[in-house]
Amino acid sequence: MKHLLSARELGKEQAIAILDTAIQMEQVNAREIKKLPTLRGKTVVNLFFEDSTRTRTSFEVAAKRLSADVINFTAKGSSVSKGESLKDTAQTLQAMGADGVIIRHHASGAAHTLATSGWIDASIINAGDGTHEHPTQALLDAYTIRQKLRGNEAGTDLAGLKIAIVGDIAHSRVARSNLILLQTLGAEVYLVGPATLVPGALAAHAAGSFFSLDQAILEVELDAIMMLRVQTERMTASFFPSEREYARIWGLNGDRLAKLPANTLVMHPGPMNRGLEIDAKAADSVNSVILAQVANGVSVRMAVLYHLLSGGTEID
Amino acid sequence: MNSRTVLSGSDIDRAVTRIAHEIVESNQGTENLVLLGIPTRGIWLAERIGKVLERSYPEFVAAESIGRLDITMYRDDLAINPTRAVTETQIPSAGIDDKIVVLVDDVLFSGRTIRAALDALGDYGRPRAVRVAVLVDRGHRQLPIRADFVGKNLPTSVAERIQVQLTETDSDNSVVIEG
Repeated sequence: MKHLLSARELGKEQAIAILDTAIQMEQVNAREIKKLPTLRGKTVVNLFFEDSTRTRTSFEVAAKRLSADVINFTAKGSSVSKGESLKDTAQTLQAMGADGVIIRHHASGAAHTLATSGWIDASIINAGDGTHEHPTQALLDAYTIRQKLRGNEAGTDLAGLKIAIVGDIAHSRVARSNLILLQTLGAEVYLVGPATLVPGALAAHAAGSFFSLDQAILEVELDAIMMLRVQTERMTASFFPSEREYARIWGLNGDRLAKLPANTLVMHPGPMNRGLEIDAKAADSVNSVILAQVANGVSVRMAVLYHLLSGGTEID
Repeated sequence: MNSRTVLSGSDIDRAVTRIAHEIVESNQGTENLVLLGIPTRGIWLAERIGKVLERSYPEFVAAESIGRLDITMYRDDLAINPTRAVTETQIPSAGIDDKIVVLVDDVLFSGRTIRAALDALGDYGRPRAVRVAVLVDRGHRQLPIRADFVGKNLPTSVAERIQVQLTETDSDNSVVIEG
């Protein structure tokens, strides 16, 4: 495996191999000396054209714990703000000898372009491209679900688990990658959201879709519920009448939490709009694994970097 | 291709028993001993040595003294070989600080595995001493590393292959030389 551009590229065995490696990385992250010499001498570039705290820091910590050199390159304060193109930026990084490039870009397909254009030889990791995909988020969500519901056991998949992804599906790369990966791992994924924000083309690939959160909670015995951030910055039209109405009909609040099975996981990729898609009662409840998702992000990204950058051709 | 058996199942048993007693002899007892097996077959050998010690020395508790050390991410050939699966490391709960750590492996060859293991150990603590126990020492060292406890010294040519089979993962107990 050279690049990680889409959850679609991951077969079941490969995905499980990455999750299993992440278990060992988690063990490293629990040690006093949280460092491995594995990627010594490799250079990893964080190429972020969009704002991000969680993902960028998570990748930076992951690469550093594997002893790679990390260069953070954000559009703000770089030559990109002077009008440099993606091509020129990529060729500059190539000239500097980057072994891995983690890219977040507002255009869907940017990571794919970088990987296939021939501008750069490095391994490309998609850390979110427009409204397309965010595969490492899906991996860390799958890891968190397996950790909490399958005893973190190596080799296991998510067969039979029922997982709802709720909210702004249309603008969510997290939803798309999760839909693909969780189903690869055998889970049943339900898409839930306002009709304006649940694209039919995606719903056709899901186990089912609901235009009412209450109905989804009533009809499916959910093992995990994943609340998505309402991405007002990507919305070019009105998809719902008002934020208050959205929160009332689509938000996960204490009342809805009470109707879910007692051990349903409450997940959110962050950053949360508290009071909009999720309220404090749900976000801070015992069911919430939102902070575990952040912690697992480092272990999972270490596993991804290990599989992509430690030489080699295939996972054996 | 020629292949001949150089150690039978009972030869391996005797070698393991002897290594176990040699370890205790050199350590003047079982106090502070930690045995770490290196995957895959080093794990089984460490457990077998642990069983011998439990039988002969009542104060020795295998569950508190036997572990495993995965060295995959400390290897020096990661950049040239296909990516390997990482396995679990288990360090006994008391840790390795000030312990006598015995690294247990099936075959000692280039010495690079032991070098990686020494690096890995450094990230878990500071043992008082580190020893190496192997079932077979086949020579051809590429690093200044030697074994303290050896089941059998086996002069080989570089082209030959040593196959160690242990019933924990394989069909029988034997050491076979091929080539």
